Amino acid sequence: MRLNCPLCGPRDRREFYYYGSEDYLNRPAEGAAPQAWDDYLHLRDNPAGVTKDLWYHELGCASWLRVTRNTLTHEILATELVADLKREATA
Amino acid sequence: MPSLIAKSPLDGKSLTMGGVTLAEAVPGPITSVAPFAGREAELSQALRSLGLSFPAPNTFNESSGDLIVWTGRDQAFLIGPLLEGLPAATTDQSDGWAALSVSGPDAAAALMRLIPLDLRVAAFPPGRAARAPLNHMAAVIWRDGEGFTLLVFRSMAQTAWHEIETAMKALAARAAVGA
Repeated sequence: MRLNCPLCGPRDRREFYYYGSEDYLNRPAEGAAPQAWDDYLHLRDNPAGVTKDLWYHELGCASWLRVTRNTLTHEILATELVADLKREATA
Repeated sequence: MPSLIAKSPLDGKSLTMGGVTLAEAVPGPITSVAPFAGREAELSQALRSLGLSFPAPNTFNESSGDLIVWTGRDQAFLIGPLLEGLPAATTDQSDGWAALSVSGPDAAAALMRLIPLDLRVAAFPPGRAARAPLNHMAAVIWRDGEGFTLLVFRSMAQTAWHEIETAMKALAARAAVGA
């Protein structure tokens, strides 16, 4: 498996650390209902198909990436810098 | 303050085997430079006085012995000069790293046994740099002139030396039997 780091280029999977679902990017606001926190911390989809998750380029540029991949075909559909996503969200 | 005797991580040793020379390099003070948000232009201005520019990903540039190499998103290592008051978060990293120089005609072949990148000159020409694993060690690597300079964490200096020496031995053995 190979991930195309937006900064470093195509790199081996062993350079990356897997963190989990992209749900971690959507932290509930302070004072949100307990249900929202429960969802954020514990509830995950387990799709047979396209999924988005967070990876860390540990042995490379130390960037967090959001990787879109297909769990059925193992195809990597997109790799994006989390920093860019955040920048777009606040722009 | 008393002046203390600095000990380099590898006692300045060097080794030549086959077409590869491995040696400790002494690059000078290392400062990590991470530009403050929105002040990149100011930083470029400050670096221009040294003849340097903030490096694009996977590149480095140098001017009269000073060097700046990309080491991550919005981060570079300035090697050589000590600058005060840059519009960036700066940290002295000089003692944190060991520097190795790998040169000679088979330098790329030796390193490619450990670093999973195409380091041949066509794919990794002078001016190129990368963050990449040297076996299991996080490293910074760039191509300068005839060979490569690598930075690894100082605590891993001996391990890095051992790994590269082993690769050099394997290459030399292969050459000796004509394979």
